[in-house]
Amino acid sequence: MNTSKNSNKDFLKDLVLKNYTKNSYSNEEEATLASIRNEHSPFPIIYIGAGTCGLGAGARKTVNATKKYLEDKGIEAKIIEVGCIGLCSSEPLLDVKLPGQNRISFEHITEDRVELILDNVLNNKLPDVEILAQFRSKSDKAWDGIKFLDEHRFFAPQTRVVLKDCGLIDPISIEEYIARGGYKGYLSVINKYSPMELCDEVEKSGLRGRGGGGFPTGKKWKFANSTPSDQKYLICNADEGDPGAFMDRAVIEGDPHRLLEGMAIAAYGIGASKAYIYIRAEYPLAIERLKIAIKESTDYGLLGHNIFGNGVDFEVKLKMGAGAFVCGEETALIHSIEGKRGMPRPRPPFPAVSGLFGKPTIINNVETLSNLPEIVNKGFDWFASIGTENSKGTKVFALSGKVATTGLVEVPMGTTIRKIIYDIAGGALNGKKFKAVQIGGPSGGCITEENLDIQIDYQSLIAAGAMMGSGGLVVMDEDTCMVDIAKFFMDFIQRESCGKCIPCREGTRRMLEILESITSKPAQGIDTLERFKGVLYLEKLGQVIKDTSLCGLGQTAPNPVLSTLKWFRNEYEEHIFERKCPANVCTGLRTYIIDVDKCTACMACLKKCPTTAIIGAKKVPHFIVADKCIGCGACFDACKFGAISIV
Amino acid sequence: MNINIKVNNKTIEVKKGELILDALNKNGIKIPTLCHIKDSFPSGACRMCLVENVKTGKLITSCSNYVEDGMEILTHSRKVIESRKVIIELLLSNHPDDCLYCVRNGNCELQNLAKELDVRERRVKGNKNNNFIDSSNPSIVRDPAKCILCGRCVQRCEVVMGVSAIDFVNRGSKTIVAPAYNKGLNTSSCVNCGQCIMVCPTGALTEKSHFNGLKSALDDPTKTVIVQYAPSITVSIAKEFGLQAGRDLNGVINAALRKIGFDKVFDTSFSADLTIMEESAELIDRVVNGGKLPMITSCCPSWVKYAEEFANDFIPNISSCKSPQQMMGAIIKSYYAEKVGLDPKDIYSVSIMPCTAKKFEAQRDEMTNKGISDVDAVLTTRELIELIKLYGIDIDNIEPELTDSPLGARSSAGKIFGASGGVMEAALRTAYFKLTGTELINFKIHSVRGSEAIKEARIKIGDLEVGVAVVNGLANAKLLLDEIRNGRSDLHFIEIMACPNGCINGGGQPIGSETLAVAARTKALYDIDDKESLKVSHKNPEIKELYDDYLEKPLGHKSHELLHTTYNKRKVFL
Repeated sequence: MNTSKNSNKDFLKDLVLKNYTKNSYSNEEEATLASIRNEHSPFPIIYIGAGTCGLGAGARKTVNATKKYLEDKGIEAKIIEVGCIGLCSSEPLLDVKLPGQNRISFEHITEDRVELILDNVLNNKLPDVEILAQFRSKSDKAWDGIKFLDEHRFFAPQTRVVLKDCGLIDPISIEEYIARGGYKGYLSVINKYSPMELCDEVEKSGLRGRGGGGFPTGKKWKFANSTPSDQKYLICNADEGDPGAFMDRAVIEGDPHRLLEGMAIAAYGIGASKAYIYIRAEYPLAIERLKIAIKESTDYGLLGHNIFGNGVDFEVKLKMGAGAFVCGEETALIHSIEGKRGMPRPRPPFPAVSGLFGKPTIINNVETLSNLPEIVNKGFDWFASIGTENSKGTKVFALSGKVATTGLVEVPMGTTIRKIIYDIAGGALNGKKFKAVQIGGPSGGCITEENLDIQIDYQSLIAAGAMMGSGGLVVMDEDTCMVDIAKFFMDFIQRESCGKCIPCREGTRRMLEILESITSKPAQGIDTLERFKGVLYLEKLGQVIKDTSLCGLGQTAPNPVLSTLKWFRNEYEEHIFERKCPANVCTGLRTYIIDVDKCTACMACLKKCPTTAIIGAKKVPHFIVADKCIGCGACFDACKFGAISIV
Repeated sequence: MNINIKVNNKTIEVKKGELILDALNKNGIKIPTLCHIKDSFPSGACRMCLVENVKTGKLITSCSNYVEDGMEILTHSRKVIESRKVIIELLLSNHPDDCLYCVRNGNCELQNLAKELDVRERRVKGNKNNNFIDSSNPSIVRDPAKCILCGRCVQRCEVVMGVSAIDFVNRGSKTIVAPAYNKGLNTSSCVNCGQCIMVCPTGALTEKSHFNGLKSALDDPTKTVIVQYAPSITVSIAKEFGLQAGRDLNGVINAALRKIGFDKVFDTSFSADLTIMEESAELIDRVVNGGKLPMITSCCPSWVKYAEEFANDFIPNISSCKSPQQMMGAIIKSYYAEKVGLDPKDIYSVSIMPCTAKKFEAQRDEMTNKGISDVDAVLTTRELIELIKLYGIDIDNIEPELTDSPLGARSSAGKIFGASGGVMEAALRTAYFKLTGTELINFKIHSVRGSEAIKEARIKIGDLEVGVAVVNGLANAKLLLDEIRNGRSDLHFIEIMACPNGCINGGGQPIGSETLAVAARTKALYDIDDKESLKVSHKNPEIKELYDDYLEKPLGHKSHELLHTTYNKRKVFL
């Protein structure tokens, strides 16, 4: 194994990387490459989706069951744990590639279903289960009657640039990445362009920051490039903290070398010889994958001193963050790497001029950087040809919430949100009525039914009162209470505020308290007028926090409230005036009553009530004391006779 | 180069590259600030200095943005005023509404801003943080409930003092400024200097009051209450009574203290002279007999604690002399008690200091004699001012009086102890005499005066060239100590004072004093030195008497027992 690894390494270094301009290979070379890409394997290959989403669905057990199956049956086959292909809700995914046949993919393969699948497929038969799709290939035989992955509802409308190989390739194999053309782009860039020329090209390609702000990437690099300094830094921001965002994690878990190559390209443009990846410690798998990837690319001489004799140095360090949302803010992130408390500071000076350890520093997000290898390979013009007038390329979205299919999708800029929600993700879950989608996490806003046809790009989302953000899409249906959603985000934000500037620290907490007063049982002395005044003040407070906060976290903190207030004011009003939650989510506003005729006086509910709000005894019908009831619903769940109802 | 900007629709000329805040202040426009510290990196925490950028419509902080050519700014537009007001209201919503009971009532930046911004109703309501008062420290009381998290104390402690005893703890609305692990301040590296109190805009940081013990002692007929006041005190209170900053109220203070009920009034400048006698003898001894050099002063209890924690390799360098406060305390309860026939137990010894660390120093184990403390209570300048007001003394209409004898006479060398460089100058005057037998021709040693962080001089004393350095601000002390650690060896004597500018700007002084007021006080001390004829400690007749009658000679047996002390390595965190 080791010798083949070494011979592969020599082959890839000498033939592929050193001759990075070479595009056609001899038949023999092509065969070696194909075998490294696992395309010409003499024995079956089993791919198991073992990203965090897969593992959450039981992929570890699937892997073990598969290993055991192969051992028991004495079958020679290779198991590859791949990252997420995007269909998180179908995990664990198990693909089988038989020699000479197309790779075929099965969904929901928990450990108990492994035998059924493998018994059939390894014997060249199809099991009687729903089959996701088969992969398209040039030379292998197709399975009859099975649709191709690129025809699948979920995948067909996608354009995959960042996610190109995610879920397809072995994430712990640099060989496969190189055999698929990886790192050649980087080597060609450092030979073909001066750093400033690269910045120019990237600026022309129209790539903009995918972390939320959308600042033109090439332009940003130029600031650091043109600031003289003995040391410059690149920081990859992998501190993905928005609730409902998991794109960066999936990219790193599934295709870590794409990120490393992107970083190497960016560092060259900036003139940085050192880089940090700031990644949250809650992503252990992604960290593990990165550690392996950094070690492998160092072994290959793609990281380190005088890379491939080109006189370029590049070193990457991992820095684990403790999971503070605010550390996604550039200056707070820099403080955190420096070992200080993660608190933002005013700008100027901008990090591009004085950043990490006082040196020019560029911070790019994982997705931004992961776009670069493909941009370099296919050309800056190619990238500029995708998307809309002011937003080029694609955008990865993380779909979650009350939607039929959850997972990762990558679509060209300009795609409508309707297309993502309905065509790709299959609409709201369980045929319920779609209500809104929260885009951009806690900093973003809601897109309602009437705005679903806006085309996704930076400007139009802002015009619709939302923002691109990092790309979380949380779908909400008719059962979602929008006041409750606003409260959820406000709670998140006020907890994650660093506590430095007054409007964010004190203001978000007051906003949360107002929302809590609206959604909880009216306390004595607080009448409707008071609550109504609260809502009026909510808007004013929100505006002041937006206008006056120090950093992006505070400046966008009121967005979920302002956005829901704009689109769902009626729900707020119902909470205040009717004291009712239309979606029946806010427990504090529920009133339960016991139907005396149906009550069997079994005391089941009485025993469950946490506030002893139910009085009664055996054979004495029970009664709920409204003042004591907190609306938790424990009695409702406990009653077997349907005697308790919500009014 | 100058550029033009438009402020409130009026064009003004400003310096290119200037902070908007500075430019506005120079043009007579007041902008409120809470977290701003002049000439340090902007914090951007309080958002009070927001102004409206007309072109972008955005609010920008004037403390962190620079003027640009053609810029248009509104400093008091409706949007700006309303935003500032909401910010203050937000602060107040999490503030204990107890101004009437607060030590900073009438001298509180938050209170002033609430008034200026016309806050007249509680528009923002909500839960308040449940924080406890930390009175664990002998000098400083923290009340996090009143803290508005401006961060000025954190900056002071870290940048000026190099101590970093406090920092931000927790996140979001639970954030507080606290020592590590949110433990009591007594377990921290705090050196008790009180500079945090000096920059605190509210009553979140205050000195630990010794009022109660003092009032009981004043009312107790069996107690003889004796007071001493530090050299800085007499020039530091005038402004608080509406008089010109820096005016010397020596005689008035003597009279006021007697009216309050103190039985004897002494001047710590006397024991400053005593310190000089001992310290200069120690310096000469070290130089002549090859002792540890450079010798470093021990007058400043914050510096001493700092050294015990962070620079314990320098403990052998620190003079073994007690500070003037402690020397006076020790002499009162020994020599003086014997002389007037009092049992030391019946003496209640009070000192009035521009310093909070003196409260800490007075309760150190080393500062007791047979179980009796040298000093029983320490008041700050601020407490003295309160005391004068409490006892209804009208200082405008009070006849000046002299201090009591025999511990009241002083030289002007003892008086200049209050300024950074004063101890050095006084010590050199006496050391010169002791080594050469003649007095200095010019007593003024200008090179050790002034407010620079580190001042150095080389003084010829006979055949010996003495290298001296004077440092104020503990962070600066570290710089000099590092030089010595790295092999610098040309210094014989170093004066270190923790507070910037020395005791005259100590942590017990009136809060909110401008730089000018501090400068006026310093000048007042040197003016006294100029005017008076007794310029050297060794000629103080009462000092001579003390040695003749009791102590015999500097560094003698009695001196060692009463006037010298020891230092011990301390853990930074307990």
